Amino acid sequence: MLITNTEEIPGRKIVSFYGVVSGSTVRAKHVGKDMMAGIKNIFGGELKGYTELLQETRDEAIERMKSQAQQLGANAIVNVRFSTSSVAAGAAEIYVYGTAVTVE
Amino acid sequence: MEQLIIFAVLLSLGYFFGRLAERRHYNSIIEREQDWVDLPATSLKKVSDPTRQVTQARLVNGSTVISVDYFKRILAGLRNFFGGNVQSYETLVDRARREAVLRMKESCPDADMIINLRLETSSITKGRKNQVGAVEVLAYGTAVNFR
Repeated sequence: MLITNTEEIPGRKIVSFYGVVSGSTVRAKHVGKDMMAGIKNIFGGELKGYTELLQETRDEAIERMKSQAQQLGANAIVNVRFSTSSVAAGAAEIYVYGTAVTVE
Repeated sequence: MEQLIIFAVLLSLGYFFGRLAERRHYNSIIEREQDWVDLPATSLKKVSDPTRQVTQARLVNGSTVISVDYFKRILAGLRNFFGGNVQSYETLVDRARREAVLRMKESCPDADMIINLRLETSSITKGRKNQVGAVEVLAYGTAVNFR
């Protein structure tokens, strides 16, 4: 499965379109990580726990988008966009969407 | 009185450790930016030289969450009162963006170029009172290899 965030895949030709595919995950923070973040908030610096959490969440959203594209019979996803929003205090939603296509 | 002491301790802890962390982080960013100067990341939608044949293209991303220290948060609070540039937050988002771009580059050391770079910033501690101090920056783009 080829995934790019450009409108077309460089060096390949798009044969057919299947429409928009998307994947989303909502994840809440861990209490322990939250406390660590509270301490880090005094000293400043990177909140590694949150970085990992959001990265994992994003990977999962991409996986969901991929499986949706596979069901449609596509072999590539172009023009992928990410969006992050906090739906509630302490929970983050990651949404990823793109266009499923077939390339040669 | 006790509260005042706690406040002063937090303030000085934030000041010293925050400055130390920031300086160390900037040094590491500048050093790594030098190392990765051969892998340009552009916001162009297409490869700038169309005669070069692309063999591989894939999505890459890098992200980081960085929080501001207690001293700077108080400073920013004061700034809110008087107005003007909030410099302490400017360095925060600058650090986060550069770090995210570097992590993205580090995730694809064999690529020749990154096109269509996008940066997205969000404040993840939204919704809680007086807690704006952490930002998440996501950098993503398409890594391409030339023949």
